[in-house]
Amino acid sequence: MSEKEVDQVTGVSTTGHSWDGIKELDTPMPRWWLITFYATIVWALAYMVAYPAWPLLRTATTGLLGYSSRGEIKKELNAAQEAKAGYIAAISSKTIDEIMADDTLRSFAAAAGAAAFKVNCVQCHGSGAQGSPGYPNLNDDEWLWGGTARDIQQTIAHGIRYTEDPDTRISEMPAFGGMLDSRQIAQVTSHVLSLSGKADGAAPADLAAGKAVFAQNCAVCHGEAGKGNRELGAPDLTDAIWLYGATPAAIAAQIRAPRHGVMPAWAGRLGDTLVKELTVYVHSLGGGR
Amino acid sequence: MLKTSDIETFDATAVNSARVRQPLYAARKKIFPKRAEGRFRRFKWLVMLVTLGIYYLTPWLRWDRGPHAPDQAVLVDLANRRFYFFPIEIWPQELYFVAGLLIMAGFGLFLVTSTIGRAWCGYACPQTVWVDLFLVIERAIEGDRNARIRLDAAPWSAGKLAKRVSKHAVWLAVAMATGGAWIFYFADAPTLLHALVTGRAAAVAYITVAILTATTYVFGGLMREQVCTYMCPWPRIQAAMLDENSLTVTYNDWRGEPRTRHAKKAAAAGQAVGDCVDCNACVAVCPMGIDIRDGQQLECITCALCIDACDSVMDKLGKDRGLIAYATLAEYDSNMALATAGGTSAVDPRRVRGAGGRLSDKVATFHLGNLLRPRTLIYLGAWSLVGLGLLFALLTRDRLQMSVLADRNPQFVVLADGAIRNGYTVKLLNMVPELRTITMSLEGLPGGEMTIVGMNQPAGRSFIVELEPDRLKTLRVYVRQPRGEVAGATQHVRFSVQDKSSSESDHYDATFDAPEPSP
Repeated sequence: MSEKEVDQVTGVSTTGHSWDGIKELDTPMPRWWLITFYATIVWALAYMVAYPAWPLLRTATTGLLGYSSRGEIKKELNAAQEAKAGYIAAISSKTIDEIMADDTLRSFAAAAGAAAFKVNCVQCHGSGAQGSPGYPNLNDDEWLWGGTARDIQQTIAHGIRYTEDPDTRISEMPAFGGMLDSRQIAQVTSHVLSLSGKADGAAPADLAAGKAVFAQNCAVCHGEAGKGNRELGAPDLTDAIWLYGATPAAIAAQIRAPRHGVMPAWAGRLGDTLVKELTVYVHSLGGGR
Repeated sequence: MLKTSDIETFDATAVNSARVRQPLYAARKKIFPKRAEGRFRRFKWLVMLVTLGIYYLTPWLRWDRGPHAPDQAVLVDLANRRFYFFPIEIWPQELYFVAGLLIMAGFGLFLVTSTIGRAWCGYACPQTVWVDLFLVIERAIEGDRNARIRLDAAPWSAGKLAKRVSKHAVWLAVAMATGGAWIFYFADAPTLLHALVTGRAAAVAYITVAILTATTYVFGGLMREQVCTYMCPWPRIQAAMLDENSLTVTYNDWRGEPRTRHAKKAAAAGQAVGDCVDCNACVAVCPMGIDIRDGQQLECITCALCIDACDSVMDKLGKDRGLIAYATLAEYDSNMALATAGGTSAVDPRRVRGAGGRLSDKVATFHLGNLLRPRTLIYLGAWSLVGLGLLFALLTRDRLQMSVLADRNPQFVVLADGAIRNGYTVKLLNMVPELRTITMSLEGLPGGEMTIVGMNQPAGRSFIVELEPDRLKTLRVYVRQPRGEVAGATQHVRFSVQDKSSSESDHYDATFDAPEPSP
């Protein structure tokens, strides 16, 4: 049997437990500690009522405040959407020229376009829009189909050689491999190289012959001087930019059996507004006209 | 077999035996400091007036910086990331000035502590100053020491309640003014005060005021000396900072002991009589509740009020002042050796007295030369060095800065005519609150020309750019070099910026990339 007693030294009563004569003091908790302890219990109870707490079979109690982390994210996304809504509405209702003329809209559209570019365009054009052989560099000042904002918008919206879109841009260079013999192809290659000041060491007679072949077969689209034609999507052959490579072999291959890249139409996938934003971004890369 | 008497016995006591062990948590014993009078008290009133004046009034000082910057003399503008201090404006990247000031404060504290001891604690620490202020209020309402002790012991009555309520009300008002003054450093004071009073200030302003009101009230009114004793790390550090030549508040027991309340009787009996008459005046005035006669101790903040209390008693008795005085350990030791005849006997104050009961000439006293020691000179040197460095940095710092970031993706673009184009993001910092017109130009890079996006100007090597006051301007710049001029895959190009009217300039060296020449 144990008996509670008051300890002589401390003045505190014992718990009544005794082991080998050693007794346990029943020292009371400091009051502030007890109050804090009870306060945390009250807090926990209130928390359980106010917030989702009890797991059920498929769901959980929702709590009086109706809080959920998904709801929180939805709210934040809605707020972001709302903040952007005014700009987006303006962009969707205005023409590309009006957007380009408005500093605020232009910078908003460029930022939105930059984000969309990273998702939809980098696969072919590269993350810096620098392109690669067969895929045009969008930073430079040479545009196969025109570099004004309206031209770019048309290209993005309807694509190139994307036959599912009736408004797509179409150009097709014939394969001259069946029409010209190897010598003629070599001659016209030398002539094309000379248009941009590159000499491949061809004899003057061959160059003259190449010029004649060019006038007969190529000038229709590329022009007498080889300056190209944007209406037809015919590239300028006098400049420093070569979509499929600038070496004699690459040019000869392109004459013999041209490759034709395809760019999808984006209007149906991304919507007009995003196409306008992408247009503003691409135009801002430094080559826009 | 040893006998019991052969076993060595030790003169040892268990310092931590249950009989003498101190409880870990002691209940606070109330302290009722008596009002002191004297030169140190007067000096402390002055310090209090100056420090509180600086604290409460500084946000209201105005300083004209023109139309593009706030006119508050001292302002921490967190929203716009600027710090204004009279004519100085600091941008976030110049925070090293603040770091430098903190280092100076550190060295300053070392210097002060190694010479005049815990002067910071005793005179200038906000805790000390506000406790002093709260004690003034307490005395005005409840009376001096004895009246307060009586009131504290008295049962609750309407009178006691009235006094207590009014004391705490005034304390809270002072605390609120203290917390309120703090936020004025962070916004335009008159505007913020108006917003605060009309309930239209930001929630964070009210929360800050509430927190600082609470801490001021609790620390200054309720906890007082416990903050210094239990919460503050500085007393512990200070102990390590003091040496035998640092001034501390010292009870000179070499002339005070043996203390007695019956000096004449003891003297008549031929006993040694110290100057201390054991009147406890030093204890009554102590805001820390200690007895300085126990020697130097952690709790002593060296507020010197006990010196005032003791000096007035010595004056009344016609004895030399300075029974409690600022003294160094070195002086104390020398005087103690004198009084104890080199430690061979108990203290006999007759050894330090000359004719007529006055102190003899052999007693060591403090002289200013003690302040000049290698240690203090090193602190002073370090402090001055940092200060001069900061001053130099302040006087020579750039108020027009430029930085250039070259595009990395793509590094370069080949244009139709074969020219190479590089893109750069140029940041121009106009760090004065005035509109500036600067010239930005390109140096090096033969044939290179730049265009600035959005400026609609033909390409060139030099542009006039307007910089808004106190702002950073970001420009997109394209630099183009004709095909024939390109000399290698990496060329150097320098962007420079110049303000013709103030002849300030800055430049930034960047690289211009081109394709590797084909083999």
